[in-house]
Amino acid sequence: MKRLVILGGGTAGTMVANKLRAAYSQDELALTVVDLDDQHHYQPGYLFLPFGTYRAQQLVRSRHSFLPDGVDLVLCEIDRVDAPFKTVYLTDGRALSYDYLIIATGVQPRPEATTGGDGPEVGVSVHSFYTLEAAKELAEALRRFRGGKLVVHITDMPIKCPVAPLEFTFLAEEWLTKHGIREKTELTYVTPLDGAFTKPVASRELGTMLSEKGIHLETDFTIERIDNDAKEIVSYDDRRVPFDLLVTIPLNLGPDYIARSGLGDDLNLVPCDQQTMQALAHPDIFVLGDGGTLLTSKAGSVAHFAVDIFMENFPAHLAGAELTHGFDGHANCFIESGYGKGLLLGFNYDTQPYTGTFPAPLIGPLALLKESRLNHLAKLAFRWVYWNMLLRGRPLPFTNKMSLVGKRVEDAGSASAQPMPAKASAPAPLAASPKPAPVRKPAPARPSIGKPAAKPSPTPRPSAGPATPTPSGPLPPDPRKGVDSTTDPSPVLPGPIKPTF
Amino acid sequence: MPTTMIGRRPIDVNDEGFLTAYDQWDEELGATLAELIGLELTDRHWQVLRFLRADYAGRKETATLRRTSTLGGFGIKELFTLFPGKPAKKMAYVAGLPKPKGCV
Ligand SMILES: Cc1cc2nc3c(=O)[nH]c(=O)nc-3n(C[C@H](O)[C@H](O)[C@H](O)COP(=O)(O)OP(=O)(O)OC[C@H]3O[C@@H](n4cnc5c(N)ncnc54)[C@H](O)[C@@H]3O)c2cc1C
Repeated sequence: MKRLVILGGGTAGTMVANKLRAAYSQDELALTVVDLDDQHHYQPGYLFLPFGTYRAQQLVRSRHSFLPDGVDLVLCEIDRVDAPFKTVYLTDGRALSYDYLIIATGVQPRPEATTGGDGPEVGVSVHSFYTLEAAKELAEALRRFRGGKLVVHITDMPIKCPVAPLEFTFLAEEWLTKHGIREKTELTYVTPLDGAFTKPVASRELGTMLSEKGIHLETDFTIERIDNDAKEIVSYDDRRVPFDLLVTIPLNLGPDYIARSGLGDDLNLVPCDQQTMQALAHPDIFVLGDGGTLLTSKAGSVAHFAVDIFMENFPAHLAGAELTHGFDGHANCFIESGYGKGLLLGFNYDTQPYTGTFPAPLIGPLALLKESRLNHLAKLAFRWVYWNMLLRGRPLPFTNKMSLVGKRVEDAGSASAQPMPAKASAPAPLAASPKPAPVRKPAPARPSIGKPAAKPSPTPRPSAGPATPTPSGPLPPDPRKGVDSTTDPSPVLPGPIKPTF
Repeated sequence: MPTTMIGRRPIDVNDEGFLTAYDQWDEELGATLAELIGLELTDRHWQVLRFLRADYAGRKETATLRRTSTLGGFGIKELFTLFPGKPAKKMAYVAGLPKPKGCV
């Protein structure tokens, strides 16, 4: 019998526990889930709480009730993981040994990571909605709000559910209008990005929606501190945005045990393979949900697709074989746009958000990147789907390989497309054997077994050790290759392209 | 993806002018790129650029401002002074690395 320990009993941890228990008997695989407490939160509901759409008790259920028989739920804080010795230590002194480990502890908002983020105005004029407590306090603050400067602000990326701050802004605009104080309110959206959203097409569409609703957009804002006395947020380049009510999304970090265990990067995210979610440094650790470094949205929908891929690969991993299924980074996000309408955004590692329709069986086609009432209803229905189907591991009417049927794909990404491959998964020195990378293109036929990578990496990869380079450290060898322009069919421009910053 | 002549050498870039091949860069080219966007490089600039190059080599991803600050030990305020306006993008451009991911 093998032992598998799942750290975190949130969205990803609960889903994978259900699927594993259904697929393997207790004699084959002992399953343990570790979490802090017995309260499972429906986090997407935090967005609606400040506007009175939900009551707090609708968003919390017991973790136990979502885990099947034969899964051991341990309620305690994780202290650290000793990966070489395959042991998890809990803060009460217990030790759990494992053969396989799933890290599903997600990311959490850390207001104190910003100077002034734990100042005297917190809970008074400085608010958030990324925890249940914060969302409840914000509901109170909104009820007391009589107009003035309302600022919605993102500290830094990545955050879980990157569309939630925009949705909050749209819903706030509607709420202010319905309460007769829109005229008296200056609404500003402040982001560290250079537009309303990350992906060019979506950024343009959503930016237009902001301006149509009379919402001011402040971009490229890298926050230095929240000035609690002046009630302003201050950027490193000395821009100041004053507020009467600040709704800030704090820095999102993985839990500290990740750092204590030496498993994470500078945001306590565990570096993992883009396609298999296998930890780069430890082949017996998989990272599911928000806690890894997938270059796609941190969202429940992504966790769901990733868990499916994990389940397809796990038999091979148990058998010591190569993992042949690859995740394509597919994300689906419903975006509330206010006034009972919503948009649906879909994209993956390679494809920009597209317009068109998304064929959702049972619900019917949903309009992509276009406002519709059905999208809004689908978002509200998601709470039911979450509690009753998603967590319990029941099949959902979506597929985990993106289908481009019925979608108009716009090529607006070329301007800022990443020239380097999105796959940041150079095999780590500890990885057992170099494996061919599975295909992650949205393939028309579903399975993508064992095909080698579409194209080799264009750059030689100097050894990808986890060691952190120091600024004074030696540079990697620089072979100074030029381009052989005689073999290059693309035109050679006579002068450099000067970027516009 | 266009190829452009920079300092008598053909260099692969993307539509915005960011280099697309890690190994086509050298410090001389870095100085030329800096000049193009109106920057005069000091020793401190070079320390930042060398950190970025070495960090990229290990991760295949351009360091964010936060990472450059926490791991490289450069204050974010200082990075704004050295590469005014949009430091993350300017640093990547001069270091011949992809624009840092806006994240998703
Ligand atoms: C405001 C908001 C709106 C959102 N809206 C949407 C949406 O509309 N659609 C969508 O798909 N997604 C949405 N999301 C994102 C979604 O909730 C997350 O992506 C998803 O919950 C990630 O699952 P996870 O299992 O990785 O992490 P979580 O579900 O957060 O679970 C992590 C678990 O780990 C536990 N844990 C952490 N540290 C420790 C420790 N040291 N010891 C023990 N246990 C620990 C936590 O208690 C928690 O239960 C939203 C999120 C927020 C905050």
